Amino acid sequence: MLAFKIAVRFLTHGRTQSILILIGIAIAISIQIFVGLLIDSLQRTIVDRTIGNSPHITISSSTDVSTIRRWQQIVYEVGHTKQVKALSPSATGNAFVEKKNSNLPVLVRGFPFSAADQIYNISSAIYDGKEYSSRREVLVGRELRDELELDLDDEIVLSIPRNGTVTLTVSGFYDLGVASINKAWLFTYLDTAQEIFDFGGRVTSIEMTVEDVFQADTIAGQLEQKLDNNDIVIENWKDQNEELLSGLEGQRISSAIIQIVIIASVVIAIASVLAISVLQKSPEIGILKAMGINDFNASLIFIYEGFLLGLVGSLAGLVLGIGLLYSFIAFTTSPGEVPLIDLYFDYGFVVRSWLIALIAATLAGIIPARKSLKLNPIDVIREG
Amino acid sequence: MSGIIELTQVNKIYPGAVDLQVLFDINMSLEAGTCNAIMGVSGSGKTTLLNIMGTLDFPTSGDVFIDGKLVNNMTKNQLARLRNETIGFVFQFHHLLPEFTALENVLMPHLINRWRPSNEVIRRADELFDMLGIADVKHSLATRMSGGQQQRTAIARALINNPKIILTDEPTGNLDSETTDKICLGFREINRRYGTTFIVVTHDHHVAEHTDRIVEINDGRIISDTKAEV
Repeated sequence: MLAFKIAVRFLTHGRTQSILILIGIAIAISIQIFVGLLIDSLQRTIVDRTIGNSPHITISSSTDVSTIRRWQQIVYEVGHTKQVKALSPSATGNAFVEKKNSNLPVLVRGFPFSAADQIYNISSAIYDGKEYSSRREVLVGRELRDELELDLDDEIVLSIPRNGTVTLTVSGFYDLGVASINKAWLFTYLDTAQEIFDFGGRVTSIEMTVEDVFQADTIAGQLEQKLDNNDIVIENWKDQNEELLSGLEGQRISSAIIQIVIIASVVIAIASVLAISVLQKSPEIGILKAMGINDFNASLIFIYEGFLLGLVGSLAGLVLGIGLLYSFIAFTTSPGEVPLIDLYFDYGFVVRSWLIALIAATLAGIIPARKSLKLNPIDVIREG
Repeated sequence: MSGIIELTQVNKIYPGAVDLQVLFDINMSLEAGTCNAIMGVSGSGKTTLLNIMGTLDFPTSGDVFIDGKLVNNMTKNQLARLRNETIGFVFQFHHLLPEFTALENVLMPHLINRWRPSNEVIRRADELFDMLGIADVKHSLATRMSGGQQQRTAIARALINNPKIILTDEPTGNLDSETTDKICLGFREINRRYGTTFIVVTHDHHVAEHTDRIVEINDGRIISDTKAEV
C-alpha cells in the first residue's frame, strides 16, 4: 500500500514528466487501436463487398452430367452443419434472349426465392417491381433491362439450345451492384429452371454462406468428409480468390508489425523514463530502505508506476484511437453516400490491445525495479 | 552481555586492488538508554562503524548484536524489519521525500509494515512535532521548510516507531549553532522521556558535550572512551 502511495506521489509530483510520457503512451496506443480497427474494417469491407452477396461454398457435379443426383439428401446434411448460415439449391442453365436480329446470352438461375435471398440479398436489390411469384415470372438485371428496353410485365423470349423457346414475364428488376451479373443473370423459380432445361428434378449446384467467411475452406473440407460423395465437387471462395487473400494477408501482417513496434516503443519509453526516475529518486529509495522497506516493496514502487502510466495512458489512447477512427469514417464519407469503409468494431481486439498495453507497461516497470534492487542505502545516504 | 548494541572483534576491510582495512578489532558495548558520541576525524572509520551498528553495512569479521540478537546471519528482509522496529536513523542530509508533507514523512516508517496509521501513532506524531517545535509545518511539503525544520522532521521520522536505538550521522552538519543546540537538546529530551539510546557520530565537540559517553576513533581503532561525570 505504501509502495502504491509513493508511486502515485512520484508520478503526480513530477507532473510535467508524467504528462509527457502519458501523452506519448496515449498517442502510441491510439495509433495502434486506429490502425488495427481500420485495417480490420477495411479487410471486412473488401471481403463483404467482394463476396458478401455471393455464395462462400458451392457444391456442383463432378460427373459428365452437370446435375446433382439425390441433391435433397445433400441439402439435408449440409443444412444440419453448424457453421452454415444460408443454403440454397440452384438449377442454372445457359439461354439466349432474342433482341431484334440478334441474341443475347443469359444465365437462367432457378432458386427458391427465400433461400436465394439469404445468399444474394435479392429482395433489397429489387429496385422496380417485385419478386417472382408465379412459375412463369422472372427477375431481370438493370443492364439487361436497359439493353432490351424492358418494362414491368413485359414478356421475354428465351431460346434454349436443343429445347426450343420459352416465354417468361418480367416481375421486377434488380441491381446487385455488379454490371456483369445484372447483364447476364435472370432469376426465376427452381422448378421453372429445372423444367426449361429439362433437368428432371435435379439441380446444378448447392450454394451456401457460412458464419465466418475466413473459415470457408475449413468448412468445405469438413463437408467433403461428411458427404463423402465422389459425384460432387465442393469449392469455396478462398480457393477462387487467392490474390485477394494474399493482399489481405499482407495487410494483416503489416498491421501486426505496426502494433508490435508500437508496443515495443511504449515499453522502451516507460522503461527509460522510470530508469531515470530511479536515479532521481535514489536518495529517497535509499532512506526508505534504511527505514526498513524491503527490496521487494521498494521495487514495487516502479512496477506500480509502470502500471499506472500504462493504465491511464492506454485508456486515453483507447478513447483517442476510437475518436480518430470515427473521425476518419466521418471525413471520408459524404452525406448520403455509402461510407468508404464499413466500420466493424471488434471489441475483442480493443480489449486485447488495452490489456497488452497495460501488461507491457507494467512489465516495463520491471527494468527500473531491478535497478532499484541494487540501490545500497549507504551509497545514496553518503552522497546526499 | 548487557548492552543494547554489542560489537565483538569487528573488522571491516574494503576489498580492492589493495585491500583497505577501516576498522580493527573493535569491541564495544553501548548501554540501553544512554546518549553516546562517536568522534573522529574524516576517514577515521566512525561512519562505517555507525553503518555496521545500523545493519546497513556488514563487518568482514566479528559479531554484531542488536538488542540481544546476532545480526550477522540475518536475511535482508529480517534486517529490514529489525531496522524498521528497533533502529531510527538521522543523517546529515535529511532525505525527506519531497512529494510528501512533514506529517506523511514522519508516518512513513510506521506505514512500511501497516496499511494505515493507528490513532495512537498519529497522537505520537503530534507529540513529536510539538516537542521538536515544528507543529506549525506538519502539513507543509518538505521542500517548503527550512533546513532546521527538515532535520527536525527527519528526527521525528526516526522516532515514530518508538525505536530503542537512534543512530545519527553528523545530524547538525549543515545547521547553524542555534539550531544545533535546539536539536541536541531535543535528543536529550527524547532520551530522558522515552529512554531511547542515542549514538551520535560527529566531529563537533559541542555536540559531543551533550552526551553521556564519548568514544574517539582514529585510523579504525578506539583511542579513547570517556564517560561524562555524573
